[in-house]
Amino acid sequence: MNTKINIILFLILCHLSPVIAIENPNRFNRLFTPEVTNPPLEEDGIHDPANGGIVTLQQPESAFKKLDKATSGNHVNWVKALESEKISPRFDLNDPTMKPMALDLNIVREVKGSMPNVIYPHKQHTLWLDCSNCHPAIFIPQKGANQISMAEIIMGQKCGVCHGRVAFGVTECLRCHSDKNKEDFEKTNLAQESNE
Amino acid sequence: MIKIKNSSALLLSTALLAGTTLFNSSEVNAEFGDIVINNYSDKAGMRPVIFPHWFHRIRFRCKICHSDLGFEFKAGGNKINMLKIISGKYCGACHNGKIAWSVENCNLCHSAKAGTPTQVHKNTLQTLVRDKKQN
Repeated sequence: MNTKINIILFLILCHLSPVIAIENPNRFNRLFTPEVTNPPLEEDGIHDPANGGIVTLQQPESAFKKLDKATSGNHVNWVKALESEKISPRFDLNDPTMKPMALDLNIVREVKGSMPNVIYPHKQHTLWLDCSNCHPAIFIPQKGANQISMAEIIMGQKCGVCHGRVAFGVTECLRCHSDKNKEDFEKTNLAQESNE
Repeated sequence: MIKIKNSSALLLSTALLAGTTLFNSSEVNAEFGDIVINNYSDKAGMRPVIFPHWFHRIRFRCKICHSDLGFEFKAGGNKINMLKIISGKYCGACHNGKIAWSVENCNLCHSAKAGTPTQVHKNTLQTLVRDKKQN
């Protein structure tokens, strides 16, 4: 009979623990940030912890320790990390000395809604990418020829081919919507948020 | 009679515990941009491949793979198999023992849990439609 009671107790304890560890229902989490960011590979839910090779792989936290922070994605500001030369990824597979040819050309895109206009900087993009990555398949290289909507971006089209998959996503609004009236926008719309 | 009851309770507890473990392991918190490629792996009895964008972008710019090596911007869209890699295409352009470690290190790429579907982790759509368990 004692064993039976023990087993029942064990069962109750097993199933109570998730109930006890209930999260704060009123946590401010606009960006859906998980409780743990950059978890070790064996705890990330996709790596098989039974795979012996896992110990050889670099852990994200160790790689990101010295890089500039961001609020979403990998929680790394990759543009700043590159500008500050904390990382120096190769531009050519075999020649580590080859430098990219950056195109310093900003494209201002007027937006229909109340958001600041988008300033698209070719410079930061050409430091990573080749012209042929975007033109002409994703963006026709002609003024006014590309209609872009946030819906398309969220669905993984246009800017969304990269942004929201490997480059910073749609929650970092003002990194793209960065025209001059940004300050007014911040005053009216974001001051409230920072007070929360 | 008591003996039988005990063993059935034990069985039940084991099953429930296994269920709890499975439930916990289904919580996915992979790095943003981690690509799982499972075009052929499951069928071949191998673990699916995990491609960590973060690891590679620290060392190589996007242009090398997505322009010079011809990788499409689509998870699972490149139909990569080991034959192509050994011939020096796709991953094989680096993973040849010269620039990066070579193909004998199977379990460094084939490192995902069996059955993990092809996808880009933490992409916008996945974030929008995911349920609370995956948070």
